Amino acid sequence: MDVEISLRVDGTAHRLSVDPRTSLLDALRERLGNTSPKKGCDHGQCGACTVLLDGRRVNSCLALAVAHEGSTIVTAAGLAQDGALHPMQESFIRHDAFQCGYCTPGQIVSAVGMLEEAAAGWPSAVTAEFASSNVSVESTDPGVLMDDEIRERMSGNLCRCAAYANIVPAIRECARR
Amino acid sequence: MTIPAHAMGEMIDRIDGPDKVRGLARYAFEQPVERPAYLYPVQATIARGRMVGLDCRFASSEPGVLAVLHRYNAVRTRAQDGLGELDILQSDRVAFRNQFVAGVIAETSEIARHAAGLVRVEYQSEPHDVAFSADRDDLWTPSTVLSKFPMEVDKGDVDAGLADAPVRLDRTYTTPRYYHNAMEPHTTVACWADDQFTIYTSSQGVHAARGSIAALFGLDPRQIRVISPNIGGAFGSKAHVNPELILALLAARLVPGRPVKLALTRQQAFFQAGYRPETIQRIAIGAQEDGHIVAMFHACTSPTSQVQEYAEHCTRATPTMYATPNLRTQQRLASLDIPTPTIMRAPGECPGMFALESAMDELAVECGIDPIELRMRNEPETHPGTGLPFSSRNLIACLREGAERFGWDERDPTPRSRNEDGWLVGTGVAASTYHALQVPGSVATIRAEPPGRYTVLIAAADLGTGTWTALTQVAADALGVGVSDVELRIGDTAYPQAVVAGGSAGIASWGTAICEAAGQLRQRLGRGGTIPVEGLEVTAQMPENPYADQYSMHSFGAQFAEVRVNAETGEVRVPRLLGVFAAGRIVNPKTARSQLLGGMTMGMSMALHEDGVLDARFGSVVNQDLATYHISSNADVGAVEVRWLPEDDPYVNPMGTKGIGELGIVGAAAAVANAVYHATGVRIRDLPITLDKLMTW
Repeated sequence: MDVEISLRVDGTAHRLSVDPRTSLLDALRERLGNTSPKKGCDHGQCGACTVLLDGRRVNSCLALAVAHEGSTIVTAAGLAQDGALHPMQESFIRHDAFQCGYCTPGQIVSAVGMLEEAAAGWPSAVTAEFASSNVSVESTDPGVLMDDEIRERMSGNLCRCAAYANIVPAIRECARR
Repeated sequence: MTIPAHAMGEMIDRIDGPDKVRGLARYAFEQPVERPAYLYPVQATIARGRMVGLDCRFASSEPGVLAVLHRYNAVRTRAQDGLGELDILQSDRVAFRNQFVAGVIAETSEIARHAAGLVRVEYQSEPHDVAFSADRDDLWTPSTVLSKFPMEVDKGDVDAGLADAPVRLDRTYTTPRYYHNAMEPHTTVACWADDQFTIYTSSQGVHAARGSIAALFGLDPRQIRVISPNIGGAFGSKAHVNPELILALLAARLVPGRPVKLALTRQQAFFQAGYRPETIQRIAIGAQEDGHIVAMFHACTSPTSQVQEYAEHCTRATPTMYATPNLRTQQRLASLDIPTPTIMRAPGECPGMFALESAMDELAVECGIDPIELRMRNEPETHPGTGLPFSSRNLIACLREGAERFGWDERDPTPRSRNEDGWLVGTGVAASTYHALQVPGSVATIRAEPPGRYTVLIAAADLGTGTWTALTQVAADALGVGVSDVELRIGDTAYPQAVVAGGSAGIASWGTAICEAAGQLRQRLGRGGTIPVEGLEVTAQMPENPYADQYSMHSFGAQFAEVRVNAETGEVRVPRLLGVFAAGRIVNPKTARSQLLGGMTMGMSMALHEDGVLDARFGSVVNQDLATYHISSNADVGAVEVRWLPEDDPYVNPMGTKGIGELGIVGAAAAVANAVYHATGVRIRDLPITLDKLMTW
């Protein structure tokens, strides 16, 4: 019953056969040995499994691997390239934006995806001009995403160690660059 | 005597940071193993009774199923007295709903999960009793676990003191069930081969886990290796061995040579990994009109299971806090058909100080005194319970510093006096405390190699607490070398015994063992300090603290909260939290701040969101996932400011530290509740503070 699919993960092409019930998260973790995305709830409720799927952040536990034949996936392990950490990863370390580290890869991937969304003008629930076609999510300081926007847009990623008060400035600093 | 600080006090980035931000640090379930097998549990569908039938034929015939584990093929185990929760698959009894009754081992997790649904268990159910109240006629007094913390205290004549007091307060506070919900679920990879267990598991203490496993399976501890280098949060739920680890070990015995992988689902963790039990607390305070307390009574009732005793020792901090000639604390337990509760971040102190610090706020209102002034007037000179002097106590200084930073002086104490654009604004304060403890039983080995490399081995744990970094800093200062000269190895029973990371006693206990070993090593190296070519290794045990019985040792803090309550909807927002703490020497200001703000935020989450709701008909909690059991998300949290006062305590341990993992959560919920009262005039004594409770105006 297994189905053969191809996935491009962190720049490397893979062919693998998966049970149709296998989530993208389990395919990455149990089949490809990429344990950067974490399993916190397996129900799309915590965000620890966040990956960039064809450039957009998704909960990989809610995606079935067979439904994503041919797709490109970036995990937190793949954000770091040529041995150098991604600026978001450096910022998380500098601001101590994690404690146990289990939600962290998901937070970081989510933050990278989120900034792309904001840059593209996607509104969030706290965006004042939500219904307008000209969404501005930046504060008066050009290039700076407002803290409330960061908090709202990052609320799909739970952190039980509750590093939120450090996560927000870590992302803000990166957003400014 | 404290050792000089060079590395200690430095804001060093987490040593494990670069691996954690990439997701390369491997947690228990992620350890690469050959030919893993996957285990999925089968759970009881009744709350009390016995199993009368078991049909594994459908499950067994599924392709890919290796075995169905049940009580007829599980190896016999011997649960120690008082650890009945671990006694799984040993009899036909069901003690609570969702107890493990079987498990399926298969080649893949998908097959195991599917086949677990095919196992048919027949039950004969019996009426269950999960009705928790403080009025039951079968309540009993729990046993004292540590002599340092007597379960009950009785000093003076509380009844007479209350009767004579001009101001009297008698209130009942309740807190619901809380679930740890560490982001990493409870996970294990266990392999039984050549009469040896190799176990990767998410554990706060690998040696303690090994001891429990050895006793349960009748093995020599040398037949067991437990490895747990990275732990994805724990908060107490991974301090003791839980049934899920035992299930994995029973499964591993059934398929020797195959590493068996088990990760609890988020839902299963609500039944198999403990929780903080609900509490009903009564506090009666008698005071003079000027606020001086003359009598205090604090009683707590909490539930436990039928198979194991656990008491939420809510009254533990009460004798530490305020001066009073008459003091009585009381603890009661109800045994119900429920899973066994367990320790959770600041067990006892956390819900206990919600009640006490809410009551102090109410007393301040009754007496017409500022709540900070009330606490100052009741500051004790010596420990009100034991009479011992405090090794150091800076509660008042924390309150003063906090008041200044928070702008407390500008506060109009009248409730409901600030309305800003439809939001009622209020501020609240509460005190924090936690005992500064050292737990005996840690051993450290230090290997010195020329020209100056030091390897420190101790089976400590980093739950996100910063142990990897902070303990390295401790070792560097103990050895008088730089942090980069020290390599720390923890989280493996291959290393010397270390006590469980709990009671905020980790650094204090492991660090003292390291200081002892380092001291001996330096003595043997002599004045020149040249390490012999062949290297030098020293192993030492944590020495007893000569001051342990001479001083009462505690950290203290002051928590401030600002809340905004929507006047139309009752929605509560917390734009500002401030915590000022006095907790001895801070080893790493960066990771320490994170621990404290994490605790404060978890306390805010407790005040506003968390509520495990029991359905009495089924005897189980209905909101068993993260969508329905709410924990604070990013958007719930505003500014969280953490400060601490310099505090030099020469008595606690050689580092001068007091432990900070739990202090931050203590009092935080009361600060929020007190602020909500100030904002709205509504006193919420039953957590969480939800809008339905506020919409009484």
